[in-house]
Amino acid sequence: MARPPRLPASRAPAPAPAGPAVRARGLGKTYSVPEREPGLRAALRSLWRRRVREVSAVDGISFEIAPGEVVGFLGPNGAGKTTTLKMLAGLLHPSAGQAEVLGWTPALRQPEFLQRITLVTGQRSQLNWDIPAADSFELHRAVYRIPPAEFRRTVAELDAMLDLGPLLSRPVRNLSLGERMKCEVAVSLLHRPQVLFLDEPTIGLDVVAQRRIRAFLADYNRRTGATVLLTSHYMADVEALCRRVIVIHQGRLLFDGQLEALVSRFRPYRTIVVRPSDPAADLRGYGEVVASEDGEVTLRVPRATAAAVTGRILADVAVLDLTVQDPPIEDVVEHVFTAPSLAEGPP
Amino acid sequence: MSSGPPRTPGGLRHLWAVYRGEFQTSVAVQLQYRGAQVIWLLGTVLGPLVYLAVWSAVAAASGGEVDGFSRASFAAYYIVLMLVNQVTFSWTMYEFDSRIREGAFSPLLLRPVHPIHADLADNLANKALTMLVLLPTAGVLALVFHPVLHPRPWAILALIPALGLAFAVRFTLEWTLALAAFWTTRTSALNQAYEAVLLFLSGQIAPLALLPGPFRAVADALPFRWMVAFPVQLLTGQPSPGAVAAGLAAQAAWLAAVLLLHRGLWRAATRRYAAVGG
Repeated sequence: MARPPRLPASRAPAPAPAGPAVRARGLGKTYSVPEREPGLRAALRSLWRRRVREVSAVDGISFEIAPGEVVGFLGPNGAGKTTTLKMLAGLLHPSAGQAEVLGWTPALRQPEFLQRITLVTGQRSQLNWDIPAADSFELHRAVYRIPPAEFRRTVAELDAMLDLGPLLSRPVRNLSLGERMKCEVAVSLLHRPQVLFLDEPTIGLDVVAQRRIRAFLADYNRRTGATVLLTSHYMADVEALCRRVIVIHQGRLLFDGQLEALVSRFRPYRTIVVRPSDPAADLRGYGEVVASEDGEVTLRVPRATAAAVTGRILADVAVLDLTVQDPPIEDVVEHVFTAPSLAEGPP
Repeated sequence: MSSGPPRTPGGLRHLWAVYRGEFQTSVAVQLQYRGAQVIWLLGTVLGPLVYLAVWSAVAAASGGEVDGFSRASFAAYYIVLMLVNQVTFSWTMYEFDSRIREGAFSPLLLRPVHPIHADLADNLANKALTMLVLLPTAGVLALVFHPVLHPRPWAILALIPALGLAFAVRFTLEWTLALAAFWTTRTSALNQAYEAVLLFLSGQIAPLALLPGPFRAVADALPFRWMVAFPVQLLTGQPSPGAVAAGLAAQAAWLAAVLLLHRGLWRAATRRYAAVGG
């Protein structure tokens, strides 16, 4: 049951329905980090002369995410992903630029804004470890003012999708990591947020649990039209959920576009694996031979010519088996991060 | 399942539901740590008992009285003080440091309710639970130490609002001072200094009437006496109706002041927040 807003209209703007769900404009965050040389002398010196270094964690990034979009947020450790998510969720004040989520300024942390979003991290818990998750769910219901009937329905749905069942009645500290993460994701979605910031939601989970959470998130997005911004070290998460990815490195935006475009831009080749009937056949003329073992030859060819080269091999050589593959996405991403100079140019 | 119903948080009914939820959660958690609770309670009882023993000895050595305080009035003072202190104390200051350092504050900041409410409910739950043990304990101590107190009727009437205001001032002040953890990650030194001043100026080491003149003047100028000594004096002293009313007014003024301080510092602290790690 909706109550009239208690805040004056000027402080509680209605979210713009047509605009992007998430907008970052020149968003930046600088931390002041005290630093000193190792050793006792330096420690004493730092007593009266404290040296502080400004570290730029996020350096003026801009992007927009449309309502209902699921976007993968990629970058190596320390790239600024978590800092960006925290700024978008209202935990951190940006040092530069603007953030806007559903038309709200996150850093003001207005209750009406917080009511509509969630931030799930693998490291921090929304659940009280000493009591069963069901009790934390009840508290969440009170905090987010979820009507009882809707609450029961949502819990039943989450239970069906995540198979929570008996987990809910055990103290959280007695759950395994995977079990806890399932409850963690569930509690974060009880209030049916419109925007989900997910920071490594599957970290440390086994493959089965990862797949389950992934399927659940895809389903949640499909059913609710919620907007999702997700970071993960597991490229499987990103491939399964996100058509679009945003890549940042050292606080700067490297790439923003379709996942396939990322692949073709940063790894502009395909891999052809051939098993010729004559194991001694020489295939060096068709492309760069990257591996040759057990009678199987792996060739690397430019993406644009892959089809033509495949045709030529099939016409020229007696072949037992042939497959054409895209490079694994892990490989692409690793390449992006290790050779950032490649990333220059328009996205 | 559809997302984003436009429920507007806020309102007293919402807060009431949050408090009920937090209270239940807190009781459930604290019942899990019964052993720790018992040890805490021992400290709560032993502290005043030690001061009582010391002052009884001093009274005995000075011919039965110290500045009008007999052994029986010391007994009354410290038994009442034990209860009042339990009503008004909070442990937030000791938790804030690790809360900030370990990033445990982030989930609280993401909720559409000010984090102070969860702590307040947590403290109230603790009081409800510990009073079940502490009130009978006070009864036993009364049988052993034969306290003498003759509270005036108006002072008894004023006790409930005085205790409420004392707790409100102390809780808000300590919660606000604990925000120092946003600026420095080592607040234990600050906490210890605060604890020492509080012990002295709130009337825990000695009744404020026994402090030397200048110290009494300092105690009068600071909020600490209104957090402990004033409610204790309501029962153990003989304040006039005018003094009681003035005391309640002073408590209310201090509450307004610490709330104002809280507003300013909270705003600055959340701007400052830079969750460590993660």
